[in-house]
Amino acid sequence: MPDSAVIATSSNTNRSLPVLGVSHLDKNFSMGERATQALHDVNLSINKGEFVCLIGASGCGKSTLLRILAGFETASSGVVNMYGMPITGPGPERGMVFQDFALFPWLSVRENIAFGPHQRSLPKAKLDKISGYYMDMVGLTKFADFYPGQLSGGMKQRVAIARVLANDCEVLLMDEPFGALDALTREKLQQDLLEIWERTKLTIFVTHAVEEAVLLSDRVVVMTAGPGQIEEDVKLTLDRPRDIVGVEFNHVRRDITRMLSSHVSMKAAT
Amino acid sequence: MSATAPHWRSVLTAAALPLILIAGWHAGVRITGTRLIPVPWDVGLMLYDFAFGGIYDDTYSKTLHVHLWKSFTRVYAGFFAAALVGIPLGLLIGRITSIREFVDPTLQLLRPVPVTAWLPLSMIFFGIGPNAAIFLVFLGAFYPIVFNTTFGVRSVDARLFEAAAMLGCKGPSLFRQVVLPASLPAILNGLRLGHGFAWILIVVGEMTGVQQGLGATIMDARMLSRSELVIAGMVVIGIAGFATDRVLVMLNNRLLQWSPQHRA
Repeated sequence: MPDSAVIATSSNTNRSLPVLGVSHLDKNFSMGERATQALHDVNLSINKGEFVCLIGASGCGKSTLLRILAGFETASSGVVNMYGMPITGPGPERGMVFQDFALFPWLSVRENIAFGPHQRSLPKAKLDKISGYYMDMVGLTKFADFYPGQLSGGMKQRVAIARVLANDCEVLLMDEPFGALDALTREKLQQDLLEIWERTKLTIFVTHAVEEAVLLSDRVVVMTAGPGQIEEDVKLTLDRPRDIVGVEFNHVRRDITRMLSSHVSMKAAT
Repeated sequence: MSATAPHWRSVLTAAALPLILIAGWHAGVRITGTRLIPVPWDVGLMLYDFAFGGIYDDTYSKTLHVHLWKSFTRVYAGFFAAALVGIPLGLLIGRITSIREFVDPTLQLLRPVPVTAWLPLSMIFFGIGPNAAIFLVFLGAFYPIVFNTTFGVRSVDARLFEAAAMLGCKGPSLFRQVVLPASLPAILNGLRLGHGFAWILIVVGEMTGVQQGLGATIMDARMLSRSELVIAGMVVIGIAGFATDRVLVMLNNRLLQWSPQHRA
């Protein structure tokens, strides 16, 4: 890490607490007269440096949970904390990577990455140093002056990741970050993400498909819909790097797929 | 896309229709034998005399630059005033619900009133002279600018606001760093439309009793039954509007380099 990007965190946070703590979280959406419960009694605690994947059928509320952690939505009831401090809105320490990238199309790659640090009115030399460091990390130095419109989907996603890293995020929140990418690009980015995780020791919380979850994470959290609840919380002890055609890998994958589908069929039967 | 000099073929293609229309005009006048409409050649002579003199040597000879300049100042006084009011107002209406609820219904109510209908009131407000003309040009340019800006702000992807908030950008700097650039394509589109209306309205604007200006010249020429001067004035307004629009398109392409699909 360059010295300029050292994280400035308030001293009153207790590092021994979980990075993210969720307890008895409920979320209701009201659409006209009809109210739907998106999340019910969600309890979760994520430790520093963990790589957690959240899986579940569409509509199970996993994106909503992620958006509440990011601070874009508020809880209807319950507690959502970061290091024991309540999350009240979006903040640089929780970097969100959107499926559709949400880059600023009028800014170059360099300017997009420097956007967060720029908000803190750092001098230009420092901004260049930070953006240079992270462009290098995601392999986009040659594209510094390109606009997002000139980049491929995979490159845009790298910019989105670099943009939150450059802003000293401690938690990387990713909502199906590779969903819009082709298979080859996805594979490459998964490897890159693992590399970044190993280098930065960030906490990463991603919503994913099963195979990706088993490939990437330490922990797989399985959610079910109607209302969204956490059904299973599985610790993965597979060695890294993982072999996606290995026996063990497929064993774990089958188990998790079974968990997911049994809940789906149980819901369908009732 | 290539922003280089237009290819000779596309220039020829673009010039073909005007030439055909001029030929048709000439033939039409000759065949019907009308004396109310001059042939293109006479308009050409008039234009030459209007610009350089030496043919008719009357009050209008060699006065084009005076009229063009007068009209130019009125068009741009009205246009810039419209941009100065319309863009900030559009940003506020688009972004702040209470302002939208307060202002937008009134604007929607005023919008259908034709600018020409404002002419009598504008002469009462501003008296006989250029200010009434500027006000009419302002009105014509204002609506497309304010409504396009509002539309641009309202169609900004909500994710961009979330991304900005997450990266620590909020309050007034959100306006400058996100709202304004994100709605720039729509704002520029509104400016271009408003600019077109400004030139369109200069003739009506100069019906407010001003002595000089292209619109005033056309109105005077009509009284004097000099239709070749009427048409010469029309041609000058057309060319001035076209040339200045090209400048706006260049500005547009320069500011929107990041967005290939928004280039005109």
